[in-house]
Amino acid sequence: MTGPGARWLVRRLGQSALTLVCVVLLSFVLVKAAPGDLVDLLASEGQAANEDEIARLRALFGLDVPAWRQLANYLFSVLRFDLGISFRHGRPVAELVLERLPASLLLMAAAIVIASAIGVAAGVFAARRVRSVWDGLVSALAVLFFATPGFWLSLMLVLVFSVKLGWTPVAGMATIGGPPRGAVGQALDILRHLLLPSVALGLFYAAIYARVMRASMLQVLDLDYMRTARAKGVPGHRLVWRHAFWNAVLPIVTLIGIQFGTVFAGAIVVEAIFSWPGLGTLLVEAVTARNYQLVMGVMILSAIVVMAANLVVDALYAVLDPRVRPG
Amino acid sequence: MNGGAALPRRFLRNRAAALGSLVLLAVVAVALLADVIAPRDPLRMVARPELWPFTDPRFPLGTDALGRDIMAIIVHGARTAIGIGVLAAAISTTVGIAVGAAAGYFRGWIDDLLMRFTEVLQTIPNLVIVLALVAVVGPDIVYVVLAIGLVSWTSVARMVRGEFLALREREFVLACRAAGMGDLRIMLREILPNALPPVIVYASFLVSAAILFEAALAFLGLSDPSIASWGRLIGEGRQTLRTSWFIAAIPGVAIVLTVLALNLVGDGLNDALNPRLRDQ
Repeated sequence: MTGPGARWLVRRLGQSALTLVCVVLLSFVLVKAAPGDLVDLLASEGQAANEDEIARLRALFGLDVPAWRQLANYLFSVLRFDLGISFRHGRPVAELVLERLPASLLLMAAAIVIASAIGVAAGVFAARRVRSVWDGLVSALAVLFFATPGFWLSLMLVLVFSVKLGWTPVAGMATIGGPPRGAVGQALDILRHLLLPSVALGLFYAAIYARVMRASMLQVLDLDYMRTARAKGVPGHRLVWRHAFWNAVLPIVTLIGIQFGTVFAGAIVVEAIFSWPGLGTLLVEAVTARNYQLVMGVMILSAIVVMAANLVVDALYAVLDPRVRPG
Repeated sequence: MNGGAALPRRFLRNRAAALGSLVLLAVVAVALLADVIAPRDPLRMVARPELWPFTDPRFPLGTDALGRDIMAIIVHGARTAIGIGVLAAAISTTVGIAVGAAAGYFRGWIDDLLMRFTEVLQTIPNLVIVLALVAVVGPDIVYVVLAIGLVSWTSVARMVRGEFLALREREFVLACRAAGMGDLRIMLREILPNALPPVIVYASFLVSAAILFEAALAFLGLSDPSIASWGRLIGEGRQTLRTSWFIAAIPGVAIVLTVLALNLVGDGLNDALNPRLRDQ
């Protein structure tokens, strides 16, 4: 399937490139709408005293040319993944955001894995005991976690598991002052730090997946081919897991793709609580310091991440459901 | 659709929806009567800091790390949450309807342009755009409400566009066009009322999403500092989590209750409007 598959990929990449140009345009307009530019900000902080110095800095940052030229310059540099320089860090923005990306991706992936595992299991469990007390309990928990803000859940988890019980670390991604030796020790150390933030982020989505999985499962269990399988005498658990499960799980895959952007948004707040060294922590710092160049960089990278995730999910969907093979 | 009385009856027979309505009514009542229940400025220091709840009858929910009455912040925070939720949802519903109606009714290049823009907006995580806006214009409550409203309309637009695409081909619309009725009048008076029910249901979720949004911003210290807010109190309570965890816990319970009530009402409305789906 290299033929149609490759054509599909090229078309999708083309669309993504166009969307990315629009994202850059949008972020540029947003920053241009700000009262005063970077040099004004520096001058107000006393980092540039006289007119000569200010003019020199404007030329240095490319702010001495008309806005449309600045936009063209910015677009071309983004194509080379040059996102400008963060004056406060004295380092390229691209370097700053890329070094934070893995931690964010790890947190999001862990949260999605936890959410899918809990949500799918709870949904199947409830669907097999539809209208029982257990079904009601799953629904009630789903409604509760769907209404719980991730940042508050994070604090309450920290309160119980870190402060009161002392089981998990309060913040960060690794033990300060020397994580355990060896690759396995370090991996386990990161996992220990990852547990609370990913659960806090994941439970909201687990609630959504549980509801969707339950409805989807009930729908599939009611289909003709399931009745046939039952009549054939296929045992219950095999009926559920082999025959119904893979068809019922497709809507969850779709949801993961659609909601990836909101998982990213949720991760920003959760990262800020656990001092997780990811893009969210960086963004909150950048917003507080009015570091526009860095805010734009995070915005563009987050759009790229969301587009990439959608691409992966669509490809995965095509593998799981042969009816939607790209062509 | 059957008679007018059937819908409320079907809605209230759903016990979860009835309970949600009750809680929501209570929160709205507290929000409206905030000045009567807690007449003084909620952000003023009134007592010893970190006073535990249920120890002093004058401050039933205790005081925060600055000695401010938590009860008063919760009561005035209800006004903030409901106000921001309703305003932001109204903005996003209006923008979503306008964009979706124009795209679905006119089709062609207008549709392409508007849907492309919708897609771009959906590609950047909502919170990232709002944080960028706040960085640019500053954490004023007016801008916060506008920012939340202006990033949350994309689903409404898609929903309304779908309805308009389907309805514009129906006979009654063709009849209006044949009678020489103007586009705007057909869109507003003829098609929109038929496309509205799912949007109204969705609006209840938009209100709860906006409440959660503002709470998250305030928690990060990036919303308006001059206004009592549940999210802000949680953010401040984080500093004293070890000694006085109730400061962060209480406003969280208020958020969960309010959002839960709104979602139950939304679910109930949805079921009442689509009775066939109810037993799934």
